[in-house]
Amino acid sequence: MSILLTRESRVLVQGLTGREGSFHTEQMRAYGTNVVAGVSPGKGGTTHLGIPVFDTVADARRETGADVGGIFVPAPFAADAIMEAAAAGIGLIVCITEGIPLYDMVRARAFVVDAGVKLIGPNCPGLATAGEAKVGIIPNHITTPGSVGIVSRSGTLTYEVIQGLSQAGVGQTTSVGIGGDPILGLSFSDVLRLFKDDPATTAVVVIGEIGGSDEEAAAEQVIGRGFGKPVIGFISGRTAPPGKRMGHAGAIISGNTGTAASKLLALKRAGAQVCDTIEEVVAAAGAALGQPSSAAHR
Amino acid sequence: MKFLEYEVKERFRAAGVPVPDGRLARTPDEAALAAGALGPIAVKAQVPVGGRGKAGGIKLAKTAADAKRVAGEILGMTIKGYTVKEVLCETAQEITRELYLGLTLDRDARKPVLILSAQGGMEIEDVAETHPEAIAKLHPDPWRGPLAFEVRDLIFRAGLGPLQAQLTPLVVKLYALARTYDALTIEINPLALTRDGGLVAADGKLEIDENAMFRHKDLHGADDSEEDPLEAEAKRRRLTYVRLDGSIGVIGNGAGLVMNTLDLVQREGGRAANFLDIGGGAKAEVVHSALELLASDPQVKGILINIFGGITRGDEVAHGIIDATRDLHLTLPLVVRMTGTREEEGRRLLQEAGITPEANATAAARRIVELSSGPTR
Repeated sequence: MSILLTRESRVLVQGLTGREGSFHTEQMRAYGTNVVAGVSPGKGGTTHLGIPVFDTVADARRETGADVGGIFVPAPFAADAIMEAAAAGIGLIVCITEGIPLYDMVRARAFVVDAGVKLIGPNCPGLATAGEAKVGIIPNHITTPGSVGIVSRSGTLTYEVIQGLSQAGVGQTTSVGIGGDPILGLSFSDVLRLFKDDPATTAVVVIGEIGGSDEEAAAEQVIGRGFGKPVIGFISGRTAPPGKRMGHAGAIISGNTGTAASKLLALKRAGAQVCDTIEEVVAAAGAALGQPSSAAHR
Repeated sequence: MKFLEYEVKERFRAAGVPVPDGRLARTPDEAALAAGALGPIAVKAQVPVGGRGKAGGIKLAKTAADAKRVAGEILGMTIKGYTVKEVLCETAQEITRELYLGLTLDRDARKPVLILSAQGGMEIEDVAETHPEAIAKLHPDPWRGPLAFEVRDLIFRAGLGPLQAQLTPLVVKLYALARTYDALTIEINPLALTRDGGLVAADGKLEIDENAMFRHKDLHGADDSEEDPLEAEAKRRRLTYVRLDGSIGVIGNGAGLVMNTLDLVQREGGRAANFLDIGGGAKAEVVHSALELLASDPQVKGILINIFGGITRGDEVAHGIIDATRDLHLTLPLVVRMTGTREEEGRRLLQEAGITPEANATAAARRIVELSSGPTR
C-alpha cells in the first residue's frame, strides 16, 4: 500500500513533447510508471517516445483511461492545463511548473476544488511511491520501498531525506513534494490525513519551511489529534530574515507570521519529534521504526 | 515589482479613484512652481519604501518659498538606501479621518482578501494586532469578483456604514485595479476623509506579481538600480540571490536546501552572507557565474557550496567550480559538499584540482566556519 499513486496508476503527461516533458517522461517510465498518454494541442494522432499523443486531455482520458496527470507546460499556460485536467475528470493532477501567476493559480485552485479532484503543486517535485511509480522529477535512484511517508515543501530537501533514509536502510512508502508556492493544491494536512489512513505507512517525515501557516495548521488539526503514528518534523529557514523571499515564492516571513519558531513550536506541541538537521531526521525515522539509531548515521 | 507613489496615483486617477492634485518635481524650483499653482502643498519623497514620514521625507509647505526650501532638504536625502531624486508636490489635504483600504493575498484562505479598516494611516499589520475589531475582510470569489451587496456588508462590518455610498464604488475599483495589474498588494493608506466630506487616496502602494510580468511588458516599475548592487547584479545574471549580513557565501541548488545550509552555517557558529540558489540542472557556467558574484562581495570571507545532484550533475558543478577558481584567482576558503547524480565524477575532478569535497552538509558547514574565522582574514 501507499498513498495517491501505485504501479497501476495510468499516467498522462501534459506537455509531453516539450524538452522537460520528454526528459522526465523517460525517467518516469524507467522508474516503472505506466505512462499511457501525452497531450500536446495540435499534435493529436502522433506518437512521441512511443506514447500516443492527444490534442485534449478529454480525448486522452476517453481513449486511454488515464487517471493521473503530470503537467510540464510553461507557466503562462499551466493554470489552464490544470483546469483542463480537472474538467476531464483526472483524479490526481501533479503540476511541476514554477512561476504561475498568483491570480491564475487562485482561480485554478478554486476550479480544482469545485471539480472534486486532487492537485499536487505547483512548483513541486511531484511524488514517488517507492519501487512502483513516480510522477514528477524526484531522482529515480534514491528511493527504497519501505514504510516511511514523506511530505515536504522543498524539492531538494525531499531528495536529501529520501537518500539519507535509503542509505540508512530505511525505506519509504510515498514521498510527496507539495510545492514552494503560496497557493497550493494539497496541503500538509491533506497529505498527512492520507498517510494516517495508509496501513503501510508507519511513520511520517514532515519537511516544512518558513512562510504561511500550513505547518501550524497540520500540527494542530492533524498531528495533534490522535495521529497514531510517529511524526518527525523539520523546518528550514530558521535563520532567514523577515520580509525576504528565500527562493520559493511562498518562503517569506511576513510580520509575525511564517516564522520557523512558530512552526517548530506547533509541531512540538502536537507531539512530533522536531529535528535540527537532516541527519537527525534520518536517525529519528530509523529509531521510530525500531532500528538502531547508529544505522541511520552516515 | 514595486511602484513609486506618483506612479501608483497615476493609475488610481486613470481608474477613477480620487487622488489629490499633484505635480512631480525634480528640483527645488520645480517644487516652488508647483506650490505657486496648487497653493499649500505636501512635499513627498518618492522612494519605494515605507517610513518616509519618520525619515523626514514628507514636509508641508505653505508658500512657494517654503516649497523650494523643503524640496531642497528632501531631494538628495537617502531613505533606507534610496536617494531621493523626485518629490511629489500635492495639494495639502484637510483630513478629518484616516481609513484603510487594501487587497493582499490571504494564504490560509488561498484567496485574495479585501481589507477595510476605520483605522487608517498606520501599518495594517499593527492595526490587526492592536485593534483587530477595526478590520473587516472580504474574500471575493476569484471568478466573479466582489458583488455590490458583499461590498456593502464589508463596509457595514467595518463600522463605516455612513460612507457606504462613496466607499462601495471605490472598493470595486480597487479590486478591478488589482486584477488589471496582477497586484500582490494594492493599498490606499490613508484613505482620507476630507473636511468637505470627500474621500481621497492620500497615499498608495502597488506591488505586481513578478510571475505575471509577461502580461505587463509595457510596465516599468520603480527604478531599482539603487537597490543592493549585488542583488541587482544577481538579477542581471538570473541568479536567485538574497543579500544577508554574515561573512560566509553560500551557493546551493534548491530553495529549501539553501535555506537549510544557511541554518547549518549559523548552527556551527557562522553567519551566511547570502542566499544563492542555482536551481535545478545548472550547468558549469551558472556555477561559475554564482562564484564570480560572491567573490566580488568584500563581505564574503569564505564560500560554501552545497549540491544535491538530482537533475543537477556533480561533474558539471565541479567543472564550474574549478574553472571559476582558476579564472578568478580565488584565494578565499572554499568548501564543497556534493552528493547525488555523478557525485563520484564530480568529487574526483575536485580532488584533482586540490579541493577536498565533504559528503555531509553539517561537516561542510563546520569546516567553512573554521576556515573563514582565521585571524588573517
